[in-house]
Order: sequence, then C-alpha cells, then structure tokens
Amino acid sequence: MGKKVLLIEDEPNIIEAISFILSRDGWEVKTHANGHDAMEAVRRRAPDLIILDVMLPGKSGYDILGEIREDEDYAATPVLMLTARGQTRDRELAERAGASRYMTKPFSNADMLAAVRALAQT
Amino acid sequence: MTVLNLLILVCLLYVVLLFSVAFAADRAAMMGRGSWLRSSVVYTLSLSIYCTAWTFYGAVGFAARSGLEFVTIYLGPTLVMVGWWWTLRRLVRVGRSQRITSIADLISSRYGKSNLLAVLVTVLAVVATTPYIALQLQSVTLSFAAFAETDPEAGTLPDMQSTALWVAAGLALFTILFGTRNLDANERHHGVVMAIALEAVVKLFALLAVGVFVVWGLSGGIGPTLDRIETSAIARFEVSGSRWVGLTMLSAMAFLTLPRMFQVLVVENEADEHLRTAAWAFPAYLMLMSLFVVPIAVVGLDMMPAGANPDLFVLTLPLMEGRDGLAILSFLGGFSSATSMVIVAAIALSTMVSNHVVMPLWLHYSGMAAVVSGDVRTVALMARRLSIGGVLFLGYVYFRMSGGGTALAAIGLIAFVGVAQFLPALMGGLFWRGATRTGALAGLTLGAAVWLYCLFLPSFGPSAILPQSVFDHGLWGQGWLRPRALFGAEHMDPVIHALMWSLLLNVSAFILGSLLSFPQPIERLQGAQFVNSFDHPSAPGGWSGGMAQSEDLLIMAQRIMGAREAQALFSAVAARQGVAGYLPEPSPDFLQELERALAGSVGAATAHAMIGQIVGGAAVSVEDLMAVADETAQIMEYSSQLEAKSQELARTARQLRQANETLTQISVQKDGFLSQISHELRTPMTSIRAFSEILRDTEDLSPDEQSKYATIIHDETVRLTRLLDDLLDLSVLENGQVELNIQTGTLEALLDRSVRAAGGDGDGFRIRRVRANEQVELTTDLDRLAQVFINLISNARKYCDAKPAILNIRVTVSDGQLVVDFVDNGRGIPTDKHAVIFEKFSRIGQTRVSGAGLGLAICREIMERLGGEISYLPGQKGAAFRVSLPLTVEYMTAQGAV
Repeated sequence: MGKKVLLIEDEPNIIEAISFILSRDGWEVKTHANGHDAMEAVRRRAPDLIILDVMLPGKSGYDILGEIREDEDYAATPVLMLTARGQTRDRELAERAGASRYMTKPFSNADMLAAVRALAQT
Repeated sequence: MTVLNLLILVCLLYVVLLFSVAFAADRAAMMGRGSWLRSSVVYTLSLSIYCTAWTFYGAVGFAARSGLEFVTIYLGPTLVMVGWWWTLRRLVRVGRSQRITSIADLISSRYGKSNLLAVLVTVLAVVATTPYIALQLQSVTLSFAAFAETDPEAGTLPDMQSTALWVAAGLALFTILFGTRNLDANERHHGVVMAIALEAVVKLFALLAVGVFVVWGLSGGIGPTLDRIETSAIARFEVSGSRWVGLTMLSAMAFLTLPRMFQVLVVENEADEHLRTAAWAFPAYLMLMSLFVVPIAVVGLDMMPAGANPDLFVLTLPLMEGRDGLAILSFLGGFSSATSMVIVAAIALSTMVSNHVVMPLWLHYSGMAAVVSGDVRTVALMARRLSIGGVLFLGYVYFRMSGGGTALAAIGLIAFVGVAQFLPALMGGLFWRGATRTGALAGLTLGAAVWLYCLFLPSFGPSAILPQSVFDHGLWGQGWLRPRALFGAEHMDPVIHALMWSLLLNVSAFILGSLLSFPQPIERLQGAQFVNSFDHPSAPGGWSGGMAQSEDLLIMAQRIMGAREAQALFSAVAARQGVAGYLPEPSPDFLQELERALAGSVGAATAHAMIGQIVGGAAVSVEDLMAVADETAQIMEYSSQLEAKSQELARTARQLRQANETLTQISVQKDGFLSQISHELRTPMTSIRAFSEILRDTEDLSPDEQSKYATIIHDETVRLTRLLDDLLDLSVLENGQVELNIQTGTLEALLDRSVRAAGGDGDGFRIRRVRANEQVELTTDLDRLAQVFINLISNARKYCDAKPAILNIRVTVSDGQLVVDFVDNGRGIPTDKHAVIFEKFSRIGQTRVSGAGLGLAICREIMERLGGEISYLPGQKGAAFRVSLPLTVEYMTAQGAV
C-alpha cells in the first residue's frame, strides 16, 4: 500500500500540524479545505487513506463519507474521522456512515500517527 | 220509673246498640264479609249527617221565626246532588285516585302539596266547626232539660253543664274507638258509617212520627192543618229574594265544603255508582225531613204557651200531650242528629289536625330516625286520638263560654259562611288549570279574615270581643270598615253581607293571585291531574291523551332530558305530524317514542311510570315522580360539571404539552449551543496541543519553525480567551445582570475610539465618515455602545472581500432617534441568512476568520439593554447594519433610574 494521504480539514493550523506529523513519518500529504468539492479532490488525488473533519464549510463530513463509500474506487479506502464535538452521538453517526476510525479533537500526535499506521496496515 | 229515668235507660240502650252495630260492621268488614256495608243505601243515609240537631230541632224554630226560609237549607244540597252530580263525581274520583283524606288534604294536594295551605284550611275548619259542635252539645242538653222540667219527680234540675260534659266524653270515646281503629290509606270507617246510617233512619223516623202525631193527632188531619197554616203568621212572612238566593247558595256551598260532609261524601265513598243513587235518594230524604216542619211550627205556635222555645217544639209538643214514648223517640232523633254530626266532624277534623299540624311538627322535631324506626303508626294513631279529644273539648269549652243563649240556626249559618271560603280554591282547583297556590292562599286568607271580622267575631255580641265602637264607627274609626257595613254596604242581612264580601274578595284574590303567579312544576302536574281526571279513560297497553297533556309531557321531558333536547324532540314530532307550533298531538306513536327517549335517561320502568302518570293514571305518586325527575336533574347538573372539568383537564393537558414542547425545544437549543461551544473550544485546543507536542518531541526544529509554531500556540490561546470572554459577556447580558455605566460624550469621539480599537483605517480597508453629522451628544453606556461599533467595524474588516474594502458610516438624527448605519461594499449577506445572523454561532460563508460567531448575538443583547436596536439593512450594495438608539432614555441601573 502506498503512503498517499488526503487531509480534508478547514482549520489552517490543524492542517499544518497534521501535515507536519505525517510528513515526517514518510506520508505524502495532500490537503483540501472545504466540503462541497471534497469528492472531486478525492478522485483527483486518489489517496490511499483519508483523514476527514466533520464540520466543514459547504458540506458535512458525514455526507462526504457517504459519497466516498458509494464510489466503487474508494468504497474500501480507510477513512479516519475527526470531530471537535466529542459526543457519543457523533461517534455513532460516524460509524454508521462507514468511518474506519474516529478521533476526537484535541488528540495527541502519537495517537494520530498510530491510528494512521494501523489503518494503513489493513 | 220516672220518664227521666226511662229516658236515661233508653239512651244508654241506644248507645249500646250503636256501639254494637259499629263493632259488628267493623268486624264484618275486617273479615271480608258484608258487601251490604258498601251499598248505596248506606252511603245515602250517611250523607244525612248534613241534618244535624240544628236541622232536627232548629228547622222548626227557623220556620217559626222566618217562615219558609228554612227550605233554603234543604234546597242547596238538593240542587248540588241533582244539578252538580258531575262535579261531585269529579270530586269523588280525584279523592279516590289521590288518596285524599280530608278537604285540607285535597286543597293542599292540588296546589303542589303545600302544607301551609293545609294548615290554613285546618285552622279555619276547626274555628268554624267548634261552635257547631258546641251547638250539638247544647241541643242535647236543652232537650234533656226539657224532659226534666216536665218531670215532677225530678227534684232539682240536672246540671246542664255536667250533662254536656258527659255527652262530650261519651262521643269522644265512641269516635276514638271506631274512628281510629286503623290507619287505612282510604280512611274509611265502616263501623262509624253504619252507626250513622242507623241514626239517619232513627232521626227520620222520629221526625215523621212527630209530624204524623201533630197533623193527625193534634191538628185533626191535613185539611185543618192547611187552614191553620193559612191563618198563621208563617204565611205572611215576606220572603226576601236576596236572602233566599243567598241562603240556598250558602247551603249548597257548605254541603260541599263542610269537613264532615267532605268526609262522608268523598273520603268514605266506595264507588261512583253510589253517587248516582244518592243523587235522587238524598234529596228525597231531605224532602221527607222537611215535610212536617211547617205543620209542627204552626201547631206549636198555636198550642204552646207564648215564649216557649220554638227550637224544641218537636220535643215539647209530645211531652205536653203526655206522649212520653213519642217524646223519647223524638229525643232519640235529636240525639242521633247531634251525635252523628259530632262523630264525623271529630273524625274529619282530627284527621286534618293530626295529618297537617301534629305529624309535620312531630316529624320535624323527632327527625328522620323515627320514620325509619316505624313508630309513625303509633304516633299517628295517638295524634288522631288526642286530636279527637281536643276537638270535642274545644266544643265543650265553647259551649260553656257561650252560655247556650244564641239561637241554633244562627250558629249553623255562621259556620256555613266560614267553610264556604274553601269553595273557590276547591272548585278552581278542579276546573281551572291556571289556579295556583299563591292564588289559593290569597283567596282563603282574605275570605277567612272577612268572615272572622264581619260574622264570627260580631256573633259573640257587641263588646264581647269587638268593642262597640268598632260596630258603630269601624276599625280605627274608619267608617268603611264597620263589620256589619263593610265598604258602606248598609242595612244588609249580616249573613248575606258577610257571605257576599268574603266570597267576593276571596274569589277576586284567588283569580288575581293565580294570574299573577307562576305555578311550580308539581303544581302544574297536580293541576293537570285534578282538572283532567275525566278526560282520559284508562287505556291499557297503548297510551292516549289530550292535547293539554303535551304541555305537561314537555315540562316533564325538559326536566329529564334538558330543555333543548326535549324541545327539539317535540318540535320534530310536531313537524312530522303536520301540527303547527312545537306541541305535537300525544298520539300513541309519539308517546312510545317519548317513552323510549326518557328511558334513555331514567330507565324504562321509570319512564313508563312517568308517562303513565301524566297520560294514564298509573299507581305512582307524583312525589315519587318529582323525586326521580329532580334526581335526574341533579345527575345532569353533575355530569355537565364533569364535562366542564374534563374540558378544563384537556385544556391543562394541552398547555402542559405546549410547555413540554417549548422545554424540549429549549433543551435542543441548549444541546446545540453546548455542541457549538465544544467545537469552538476544541478547535483552538487541537492546534495548541498538536504544536506544543511538536515543540516538545521534535529535536531538529529550525528556529523559524519554533518561532512560527509558538506564535500559532499564542494566537490560538488568544482566540480561546476571546471566546471565553464573549461567552461570559453574552451570559451576563442574557441574564439581565449587566450593570450599565452611563456616561456622556459625543458620537464622533465614540466612533474614533471604536475605529482605533477595530484595527484602524488602512491596509486596503477604508472607512468613510461625515464628521459634521457626528456632533451628537450621547448619554448612555458609552463602553457598551463602542463594543457594538467595534464589532461591526471588525466584521466589515474581516468579511468584506472587495478591493479596496470600503465601510461607510452614516449618521442621522430624527425624532429624537439616533441612527448609525454601517454599510460596506462587499458581497453582503445572503437573504436567507438575514433572519439568523443575530443568533449565536451563526457564522456565514466559508471564510475562516477568527471569531466564534457570538459577536452579533452580543450586539443584539447590548442594544436591547440600551433601549435601542440593531438590525440588518437589506437592499444595500454590501453588508449593512443599522444601529438605532433613542437620544433620551431613562436607564434602569442597579442603583435605580439615572
């Protein structure tokens, strides 16, 4: 499996932090900052793994995940979902939408790295 | 043996005979034998108690004093029996169907079972009858004295008063023995009636015997007697027309209303057919009784010494001639007349007194427990017995007080006028549905008062009760109130005078009172019962009735079904029958339909009984019926209350549901708010944590990188602090806990300060102002107003995407209102967001800028506190906000008004 990751996140500082962490682990990190054309970005970038924020301008992370799972080419792509709301209901929604993994902000860098590595193994 | 002793012995034997006959008759009736007890002959003979001692002795005296006028006393009842038999039949039928026990009972029953009426009738009856009973005692005493006078061997005259006392006591004993043996609902007394029938035969036989003796034995046959009459003073008496008519009417009325006559005529009546026989037989009896009155009077006047009492001619003529046997028979006749009247009068009065005075009082004071325990029968019998004793004692007392001087006939006529007062209420009740209790009370009271004042009290003589001055000058000196010349009607016969005025006022008050008052439902029902007693022969199976009953049915149905439903049903049926108005014909079909409708409310049996009561005369008392109806009305009242309560409950439930929905909505909003806060807090914290870990764990960071990441951490910390400040600020503003710091300053200075705080003018962001318009003095919380301005300027700086971005700040003052508009040249805010921009966390668009989306929410809260408002101005080129504020506002602060 290749090491190409697409980070869909609208908060510039968080993009910078995740990019820093993953790049140093050998990942090729591409970013996209809004919701409504996220699916095009996925197809263009053809990532091996996707990190997806829930609250995005334009379209919700759950809807984007639904589109990913409906697309034949990416239906099996591991998706790590990030949310800042951290309620039980959000976790359920993420799992039902087909998230491979779910993390609550704020997270520790080590956890983030471990989660990405684990997803890459599958 | 002297004649006196013989008389006493015969009397005692006669009394024993009467007791035996009464006893045997009662026994036979109890054993179920003796249909002869209930024959029309016995009924007719029992009516003869109309002929009292007054008639037996007094008629002759009457004839001797006033000529043929005595005939009126017989003429009245004859006219009633012959001409009014249908009235009598109605009376008898009503009496039987309503189980009437006395005339007081009948009148009270007709007018809604009013006990007040019953008491009034009872008192009047007792007052009118007491002198009459005294009269009977007097006649027995006088006739006994007549014997004693002629008996040479009787040493001293027997004490008249003790004779009367013995007679009264004996009569009381007889009446109590045979008049209160049982408490039959019909109040029929077979023994008493039988004894009275025997006495009727005895008195007729005695009078005829004396008559035959006088005509053929003394006068020498029919021819000489007629001659004697021709030459006597009696033939020359002028008959006064008014007095003749008046007395005939009076005796006719009294025949119906005397308590004792009512007792034998109505209460003791067994069957309608008896009335038919009596209609001719009783007038015949009266004719026989009057046959020899004139001959005896004429012969007596001729042959007896001057000054002899004509009232005793019947007795003294045989005695004078030495015919002791005939004299004793004559005495027995008078004795029979007196005793039969007293016995029946005592029974009738005691029934009234005990039923309408004693029992109600006893029930009132002993309470309901006694009714349940069953002493009622004992108490009722005791009350009846005491009443009999009381009535006879009253008669005796009156006899002693009056001294026995008044002429017999006068007392009789006074009593007649008294009881005649019952007639309007009685007849009105039978024939006029509109007659009411109020009318009956008014008529009776007024009539009784006039009778007392004009006839009864004056009868004791001047100065006895009424002082002489009242006779001469009227009550309180009012000439028109003289008892013998009421309303200036001078020179009239006292009896006719009293009769005319009392009945005139009685009838007028009765009619007026009835027309002016509205009858109670029970009165209407009873009225219908009495008035319609003949209109509907019982028709088993189906119902049938007259139009008049529809109204009663409607009244009843309204009480049970409610007014609207009942009227709807009646109108619907009337329309179907093609009858005009709302009252349908009471056809069998309609009655069955109504019965079914009522059955829905009160059950089938009750409904049938109710309709039967109005239409057919079923055996249900009206009281039962009204109780049922009242209960139903109560239930309906109760159920309508329940309905109102359940409506109230439903209303409360609805309000609770609404409150709950509001709470849920608030809860959802709160959850959303918390979720938003969580997001707004976690986002900067994510960056802070990530970069602080990078700084901590990464050893090979360049100084530029270190500096850059430290700056990010610093900026995100500032962002977090600002968010917390905003949240606290909003919370304080929303809870109204904010304390305003009121200061005065110019708008220009305030805007300068705000622009500076928002980052100033420059760097591709230009602010245009017209300072001449900003020279406005403000007295408000300047810091808070500046907060609003800073927010709006910052927003324009953040969100305005035009190059160059220009913000116009325009100031206008009109009508004491300061208006400051902030309009930029950017894209503006989409129309669909105008409504939500002032809500919390309502960030618009994709542009990421620092700020949690609480700014406009805070601005709105501040402007509200300051008494002004902030709004979005649509239709401008870019984003446009308007802040308006009254220039003169009294601010409420924690310290009070400033």
